[in-house]
Amino acid sequence: MPTIRFRLNGAPIEIDADPDTPVLHVLRGHLGLTGSHFGCGAGECGACNVLLDDRAVTACDTPLWSVAEKDVTTVEGLGNAQNPHPLQRAFIAEQALQCGYCVSGILMSAAALLKRNPDPTIAEVKAALDRNLCRCGSHNRMVRAVLRAAAEMRAP
Amino acid sequence: MNTQPPAPPALPPSLKANPKLSSWVAFSRDGHVSVSPGKVEIGQGIITALAQIAADELDVDISRLRMVRASTSFSPDEGVTSGSLSIQNSGRALRHACAEIRQIFLTAAAERLGVSPDALTVRDGAIAGPGNVSTSYWELADEISLDRDAAPGVIAKSPDQRALAGHSVARLDIPDKVFGHSRFIHDFSLPEMLHGRVLRPELSHATLLELNEECAREIEGLVAIVRDGNFAGVVCETEANAELALAALRKSAKWSLAETLPDEDALAEWQKIQPAETTVIDSRKLPLPPAVSRSVKRQYTRPYIAHASIAPSCAIAQWDRNQLRVWTHSQGVYNLRSDLALVFKLPKDDIVVEHMEGAGCYGHNAADDVALDAALLAKAAHGHPVRLQWSRADEMSHAPFGAAMTVEVGADLDADGEIVGWHHSVWSNGHTARPGRAERPTLLAASELATPFPRAIAVNPPHASGGGGDRNSIPVYDFPSWQIESHRLTTMPIRTSALRTLGAQCNVFAIESFIDELAHELGEDPVAFRLRHLSDPRARDVIETVATKAGWKPAKRDGAGYGIGFARYKESGAYCAVIAEIEGAADIAVRRLTIAVDVGEAINPDGLINQIEGGAIQATSWVLKERVRFDAARITSNSWTEYPILRFSEVPEVTVDVLSRPEVEPFGAGEAAHGPVTAAIANAVFDALGVRVRDLPITRDRLIAAMEAS
Repeated sequence: MPTIRFRLNGAPIEIDADPDTPVLHVLRGHLGLTGSHFGCGAGECGACNVLLDDRAVTACDTPLWSVAEKDVTTVEGLGNAQNPHPLQRAFIAEQALQCGYCVSGILMSAAALLKRNPDPTIAEVKAALDRNLCRCGSHNRMVRAVLRAAAEMRAP
Repeated sequence: MNTQPPAPPALPPSLKANPKLSSWVAFSRDGHVSVSPGKVEIGQGIITALAQIAADELDVDISRLRMVRASTSFSPDEGVTSGSLSIQNSGRALRHACAEIRQIFLTAAAERLGVSPDALTVRDGAIAGPGNVSTSYWELADEISLDRDAAPGVIAKSPDQRALAGHSVARLDIPDKVFGHSRFIHDFSLPEMLHGRVLRPELSHATLLELNEECAREIEGLVAIVRDGNFAGVVCETEANAELALAALRKSAKWSLAETLPDEDALAEWQKIQPAETTVIDSRKLPLPPAVSRSVKRQYTRPYIAHASIAPSCAIAQWDRNQLRVWTHSQGVYNLRSDLALVFKLPKDDIVVEHMEGAGCYGHNAADDVALDAALLAKAAHGHPVRLQWSRADEMSHAPFGAAMTVEVGADLDADGEIVGWHHSVWSNGHTARPGRAERPTLLAASELATPFPRAIAVNPPHASGGGGDRNSIPVYDFPSWQIESHRLTTMPIRTSALRTLGAQCNVFAIESFIDELAHELGEDPVAFRLRHLSDPRARDVIETVATKAGWKPAKRDGAGYGIGFARYKESGAYCAVIAEIEGAADIAVRRLTIAVDVGEAINPDGLINQIEGGAIQATSWVLKERVRFDAARITSNSWTEYPILRFSEVPEVTVDVLSRPEVEPFGAGEAAHGPVTAAIANAVFDALGVRVRDLPITRDRLIAAMEAS
């Protein structure tokens, strides 16, 4: 098995696995990081979204080889209860979910958006989240939460 | 004058069925209260609402509560978490149980402190009385046994004495979910856990003729290949290898030709000629037959609808000799246990079924099926727990669907155009085939075994319990006479069971579209027309509120339309009125939904609004996009590409007004909006385009067909 090196949530890591293994398998299986969720396995729902450098990608169909020497960030690396990311704080403040299965992927899409566009419009938030599916109908709360986080991050 | 005091309140039904107080609540010396409802979290926030109720009655801070996941080993049996009944059933039971438990503690404290119970107060579990005497729940915890049955006659707090109920307490489960902490069964793992996959045919109800197990045996870490009749699956050490083994197995499998499915474009015609059980749901007659000047009749339909939860169903099962333990996101742990006991021919006590959260659940999806699958695979796992997750494709094609429906509505008008008679007929498969309710199991794999159980045919609950295909078929309007009938199909080529609202979505769509058609024909405003036929003040209130909020009726502008829809869910639950604003010509965009609801007491107003918003957006998705697709042999809509749902850019703005009535018993809210939203959108499409679409979903093709027909 070849060794593939990348940075996961800021720390260097080496994985011995078939280079074609989906990143989601590595995260959930090898590493026991279960924050990124399996939804479809075909890159169609976004429940598994992670950041690859600054871009949100579906981890279920991103092969391990393609993240070599890059930065992968999962919801666990976005923030935690002690030190939450503004997006996580905003999702709690807006009570922006119902079941929450899709939310880790949505947080990563939103994080990618705010990296490239710190002051998005409602339409830009919706466009950035358009590849993420939510079945419970929490969309509007999530959009409000992203705008709230963006405002907080812009504040001096 | 009769001055008898009012009769003491009786036990709420759920508490009467599960009277042991210790099965609901337990105190620990370290200052925690374990609360153990029989209802389960399915993404609706019920755990928080129940915690509010318990914390209020006990006078403890909500942070002291430990909400325990339901398990057949200790929880009260509250049946299935469904039908928007959890607050009604579990909430009332818990409120009563906690009020009684508080009394029990106060009595014991009074004895210990030598004061009257009336002189004591409770503050966050600390009990204090005159002269600075004090004790606490925690001090008394070991002394007081709650192994006793609840007694009637306890009076719970009045609404104005409650600190939390009626307030938007933040949901207890949300922080875990935004930090990626494991709460879902999908993320749970046990020591020595193995991974399973099942092989399901692409063809509906196909028979497995041939299976070459050799090719799968080469996969590293393979533990077992399981085959029992048409049921086949693999168990492996890792999930990735289980996928590989399944792929190898699939390649080698030969299936018989399948059963023929009906024509998806002629479902109404097909439904009307199927063998069916006909029930008169309600009949209201005038003393003398009215003079009918003319009659109008219309037909409305909806397709099969998929649950399409974001997570595929998942379960873990483990055998210890002949005892089975199952972890599941089923809506009813006891019901699932009953069916597992039937399949494995075991006493129920040899099976423990424990709930864990899954992704959003909108009814009887594959949660129960996957649990049996996991238990069948685990039989070959030598005592190891086996985790099984279905594929997206299986989730979209083998889980039960919400039933397709055909509804005919007719009105008899007198010479003045007044409605003097009303007719409503429903053709549909049954709307429930839940486990644990019949003498035979309804779980999918039960019908696939070498010695199979017959395939369950979905039935309808009685109308008094909410009904199935007939749910919301009786109008809430004051019509002088009516005849309401339901035809439940007794053949079932496409598997159906409970999906959010059961038949109510289509019945409300039909009634509310038809009301709009009549109002239009008579040249009356649709809001005024409804109010003219409604005497129920709470019904009038939600309609008048929503009309005011939406500025009914906004001035006509090109390419836009406004429509109203109204219903009282199950004819006896929550009231909901919706005004939809849509835009478009070929493709419809829903811009805004203005909603007013009356659920009686709102325990958690923000949680309630979240449920209504979610229901409204999901209903918009059903109306604009959703339709299970199939050809003669198979379900073809087995991916998100083939079964699209509403996306962020397509979601309407939603505003919800809650008409608060803290003095009235609470109703559930999760299903109140679907019917009214559906009708409001259809009525808005007519307002915008002058075209009446009577077959859901309202897609470009359907609009064109309706334009051609008119």
